[in-house]
Amino acid sequence: MASMTPKTENELADAISSAKGPLRITGGGTRDIGNPVVGDALSTAALSGITLYEPGALTLVAQAGTPVSEIEAALDAENQRLAFEPMDHRALLGTQGTPTIGGMVAANVSGPRRIAVGACRDHLLGVRFVDGAGTVIKNGGRVMKNVTGYDLVKLLAGSYGTLGVLSEVSLKVLPKPETEATLVLNDLSLEDSVAALSAALGSPFEVTGASKVKGQTCIRIEGFEASVRYRAEQLTALLSTHGDVDQVDHNASSTLWRGIANVSNFADHEAVTRVSVQPSAAPALGHEIASKHNLDVMLDWGGGLMWLGMTQGDAAAVAHQAIQDSCAQINAHATLIKAPIETRAAVPVFQPENPTITALSDGIRAKFDPRGILNPGLMV
Amino acid sequence: MDMPQPNPTILSRKAKIVEILQRVLPKDAVIHSDSQVRAYECDALTAYKCPPLCAVLPATTDEVSAVLKACHEMGVPVVPRGSGTSLAGGALPTADCVILGTARLNAVLETNYDDRYIRVGSGRTNLSVTGAVEEMDFFYAPDPSSQLACAIAGNIAMNSGGAHCLKYGVTTNNLMGVKMVLMDGTVTEIGGAHLDAAGLDLLGLICGSEGQLGVVTEATLRILRKPEGARPVLMAFNDNEVAGACVADIIKAGVLPVAIEFMDRLCIETTDNYAKAGYPDCEALLIVEVEGAPEEIDEQLALILDIARKHDPVELREAKSAEEAARIWLGRKSAFGAVGQIADYMCLDGTIPVSSLPMVLRRIGELSERYGLQVGNVFHAGDGNMHPLILYNANKEGDLELCEAMGAEILKLCVDAGGCLTGEHGVGIEKRDLMTHQFEPQDLEIQMAVKDVFDPMWLLNPAKVFPLQSSQSRRIAAE
Repeated sequence: MASMTPKTENELADAISSAKGPLRITGGGTRDIGNPVVGDALSTAALSGITLYEPGALTLVAQAGTPVSEIEAALDAENQRLAFEPMDHRALLGTQGTPTIGGMVAANVSGPRRIAVGACRDHLLGVRFVDGAGTVIKNGGRVMKNVTGYDLVKLLAGSYGTLGVLSEVSLKVLPKPETEATLVLNDLSLEDSVAALSAALGSPFEVTGASKVKGQTCIRIEGFEASVRYRAEQLTALLSTHGDVDQVDHNASSTLWRGIANVSNFADHEAVTRVSVQPSAAPALGHEIASKHNLDVMLDWGGGLMWLGMTQGDAAAVAHQAIQDSCAQINAHATLIKAPIETRAAVPVFQPENPTITALSDGIRAKFDPRGILNPGLMV
Repeated sequence: MDMPQPNPTILSRKAKIVEILQRVLPKDAVIHSDSQVRAYECDALTAYKCPPLCAVLPATTDEVSAVLKACHEMGVPVVPRGSGTSLAGGALPTADCVILGTARLNAVLETNYDDRYIRVGSGRTNLSVTGAVEEMDFFYAPDPSSQLACAIAGNIAMNSGGAHCLKYGVTTNNLMGVKMVLMDGTVTEIGGAHLDAAGLDLLGLICGSEGQLGVVTEATLRILRKPEGARPVLMAFNDNEVAGACVADIIKAGVLPVAIEFMDRLCIETTDNYAKAGYPDCEALLIVEVEGAPEEIDEQLALILDIARKHDPVELREAKSAEEAARIWLGRKSAFGAVGQIADYMCLDGTIPVSSLPMVLRRIGELSERYGLQVGNVFHAGDGNMHPLILYNANKEGDLELCEAMGAEILKLCVDAGGCLTGEHGVGIEKRDLMTHQFEPQDLEIQMAVKDVFDPMWLLNPAKVFPLQSSQSRRIAAE
């Protein structure tokens, strides 16, 4: 199979318009998610560099292949950050390579702070991309508020390269807080943990992380030092009905959340399903599924995001389908993020949607990629 | 302003169309007499008026579905309407259309404080969503100026913003799910009480699609706990550019206020004469509001005031009480009304990178002199969403056209500065023909192709968003 790494947007457009068959599109190749795609490899890794960064306007524009680390370093120098805390999938998936900003957007990758500030898609201000016919298209821009025409920016985020190949993305960035702290409650049941997280998220104390990892229920606050101290006191009092509250400060807190964002404690699991669910429905789903299929459960987003880890890869297909069946009953959705390639080929990696949504999504794909050559079948 | 010629066949079949709609709706839900349909002849862009063929007010999703199915079968265009507060003509009828009003879809269907969402009928007004959760100290964040009247349906159609979206985001960032009816009557749900899409993000696509892809009948909205308190500070400067530089410095410093509002001399003086807010005599003023516990507010305001002092302010006024806070906001909140007292005005909505603020303000001043029309600037400075108000006299022949020509130049200026035509009002009919300045033909073509998927016959709000010339072949093919 051929392999292409265009260096300019024009070369990218040429590569797509002259393609004779399916293309397997990657950024840095660290997020091997979805149904396996067979086709010529097309990487955006060589479309690299920050095009524009205006700290005073909270905006950054970069070519799709720019390493996330390069962007984070540039932001760090101005005491800013990508507030949605994108997950680095390498530890969980055991992949090598350099995560790119385009890959992050294509998979709409967010982390624990999504619960407070929104997802990657909420911070994406504009895109340039090449559609399946090789046409260069732009949508959105580089300003915070923009309702000019349809919002294809959101549509491209999380479309895994199936609608177009991103050439440039424009992102909203935010100031880094002065400090952070994490409150920890130990050994709560799933029910008690979600109740504690809901109480914290429903308080006025601006919680920016709400997770349960192993036995620890973790609640993060960030901001100016005096403010963090004040809110930590208030939350400790609020949560005292749920148990004793320990506190983890600054650097240790930061390390803790990096691990949560990257789901690194599931690195040794052979298969991992990711579930988006109404938080209060998470405990029942967890009990029903976890006990039957011997899964490990990790919660994020106050219970709204469940990571279900399976130690045995060969049982993953059955477990994942059971999870999707349960999700279908409660308007939740499950994605098989990690599994042996033959397992992913055998089950719906993404939650099947209702026939109307499926027809609309297929219709959109047919417009953006009439020949069906962009990562075909990946999102099935 | 051009609108497509109404379809004469539809006009001639009015009686039959009304009869068919009356079969699927309660009697009082079909409005068709000449005098009554006039209530729907325009939205808040009042310069353009056209009574619709008729108007319908369905009260359930099933009724919406029945109406759309019937109109689809008859080939009659439908213009969805929330509360009719669009400043862009988003709900302007054509003579051959059925107006579909969402006013009766206004119930609170579910509130869930543990999971922090509310599900409402889309006709519910923005402010009454907060009203429904206020007793538990929660609120719905997007707060367009028209929030007392505007409907969630219209907020979703236009992806509305407001003064506080610097911190909380706009409608699309607070919308979790919808129940929606497609033009052929198909009912579907997208999203819900969970976060993010299972597959393609159709919810993100629906929000801001100006009623062209479907009619939203129910919405699941994120609600938030109210902060412990909020307090504004007023800063007066003798130069617009200095005020603009101060905004950028505040943002860079790491404080994220909930709002940074800007007013120039014309707006300051006009609102002060009208609302007696007691604003200082200056060229530009900023109102910056922060939230939190009292000590947190003190700390943030101290930082912001330190930054402001470096920009040689004429006056810094900190609110010491709720009454003083209300006085600081009084002028800003009455600005549009006050300007309306002295002249007719057209309100623009272009957005620019904050860094271009001084340049764009200067150029607007130059355009004002060239056209001989006064311009007041009052806007959300933190996110670069400008609202230049061009003053004109509706009774003076040619003044409206002059005003529109100048408005077009200002919006092109916003695009050229790296911004966009509209930050929160929508394209509607108002900015339709300027779309080619911001987009290449292929950028518009793919958007229209998306409409083809949802509404192949181009019956939903067909004459909006896209330049008439660009959408002509599709609209004609549909007839």
